[in-house]
Amino acid sequence: MFQAWRNLYSKSDNVKAYSLLSPALFLIILVMLIPMALMLSFSSFTQVSMMEIDFTPTVQRYIDFFEKSLLVSLLIKSVKISFIVTLITLLTAYPVCYYIAFYVKKNKMLWLVLLTLPFWTSYLLRVFSWKIILGTKGVFNSTLLGAGIISEPLTFLMYSEEAVIITLTHAWAAFALLPLYVSLEKIDFSYIEAARDLGLSKFEVFWKVTFPLSLPGVIGAILIIFIPTVGDYVTPALIGGTEGRMLSNMIQAYFGKINNIPLGAASATIMLTTVILITAIVSYTTKRLTQRLS
Amino acid sequence: MNEKNNSLLVYTLIYFGFLYIPVLFLPIFSFNDANYMSFPLAGFTTDHYEEMWSKRNLHKALWASVKVGVVASVVSTAIALLAAKAFVRYKFRGQNVSYGAIMMPFLIPEIILAVSILIIWINLGFPLGLVPVTIGHILFCTPFAMLILIARIEGFDFSLEEASRDLGENAWGTFYRVSLPLYLPGIIAALLLSFIISFDEFILAFFLSGSDATLPMYMWNQMRFVKKLPHVLALGAVIIVFTTFIVLLAFWLRNVGQGKEKQDIAIKL
Repeated sequence: MFQAWRNLYSKSDNVKAYSLLSPALFLIILVMLIPMALMLSFSSFTQVSMMEIDFTPTVQRYIDFFEKSLLVSLLIKSVKISFIVTLITLLTAYPVCYYIAFYVKKNKMLWLVLLTLPFWTSYLLRVFSWKIILGTKGVFNSTLLGAGIISEPLTFLMYSEEAVIITLTHAWAAFALLPLYVSLEKIDFSYIEAARDLGLSKFEVFWKVTFPLSLPGVIGAILIIFIPTVGDYVTPALIGGTEGRMLSNMIQAYFGKINNIPLGAASATIMLTTVILITAIVSYTTKRLTQRLS
Repeated sequence: MNEKNNSLLVYTLIYFGFLYIPVLFLPIFSFNDANYMSFPLAGFTTDHYEEMWSKRNLHKALWASVKVGVVASVVSTAIALLAAKAFVRYKFRGQNVSYGAIMMPFLIPEIILAVSILIIWINLGFPLGLVPVTIGHILFCTPFAMLILIARIEGFDFSLEEASRDLGENAWGTFYRVSLPLYLPGIIAALLLSFIISFDEFILAFFLSGSDATLPMYMWNQMRFVKKLPHVLALGAVIIVFTTFIVLLAFWLRNVGQGKEKQDIAIKL
């Protein structure tokens, strides 16, 4: 028996690979998939009182969600904020990656490390530093007041959607920079030269050659910025106030002081489903687009 | 391309400013002799650092974060090392699906991971505290550690391991004498970076730590009180310096012995 197992082991790459992968897959199943499945089933229960939950399955929590205009508007706002953040991050990071990939000759690695270094410092502290900048008595207001440009602090800077968008754009920059750089760096420069030799203008070369070839990086960046930021909690909680509140803040409240775990679970499920659907559509259309372009 | 592009260079430098300047306000105001963070600066002081050092709860939170960070980084790096080897060494059925599954915690909003672990944990009747936080951190650090290790192991000559086996060394001996020394810089880089991720992680700790605050939880609790902000700034400045040092060390280690420029955490989604 043992010998048979050993023969099987030495023969099959599948068996070898999966025995190496088993701890990681166990981890994913036990700590992510099973808990998420449980969350899904909790979304079909009913919170009767503080400590008591009725376990009869119902879709009432999902009806509750869509009947509460606050929750629906927060979901829409979360998606909208993430969409804008993703777009701004991509647009602002692309030229930087383009520059490093095509114009920087020496020490590319150093440039890249320097670009991603701030991302490794605590997320909480990065968000907090924007509170210092945008606050009523913060850097921005005190400088403008001191210079005599304004006579009263600008209160709209903090606790607004715009504040949340700026902060998230800063906090997630590295997630756009890495995939964009990797995809631009891979582009074979002879394609670009060929396009130029064929008489295409700089603009045409970019739109017809460089940009389509960098699309995998663009899609990667969209995925890793859009999905997590829809569920961001820290930034809206610290910077957003009532204006910039997002769905996560309500989910936290359902698990915390409101204590309605089933409705919290339903909200989390709806949020996850929404982002997965949107990203599936986005990556599908971009893929189709790439096929047409090339 | 041999041309220069000065407008792009200027833009890139401005972008660097956008990335770095906000973070630099923390250390600047941590030495400012005032309770409010506004210009002009009021004068130089190290009082906030002394105040920080005197907080006993902070010491407790620091110790909690170190414990969680060490366990989470060691366990996730071990799991990630095996997984990374499977992906680099073998072609197998369901490779992409497995890869996607292991990368999922990196993609799913953290709040979803946190509330689902919270639900299962309290329904199993276990108390909240550092144990569920550590478990959550292991899940969250593993994909990062795996990306770092894959980048490092790619191009590794696996025939060295086979040669060692053929020469009569057993599996453990081969790992210890051949693989480990070659993987070591990558392993240490993965350990350091997962430690930093765990050390700075907030959301999982927020939902799962109960009354056992980690360092980010401690800061969060203090941030609500204006009077306590200055020592949070001092603490933040120390954390930023410490994190930067560890991350630079990890980047340096990861590139040791790699002649050509290696792509950064190549995100293969």
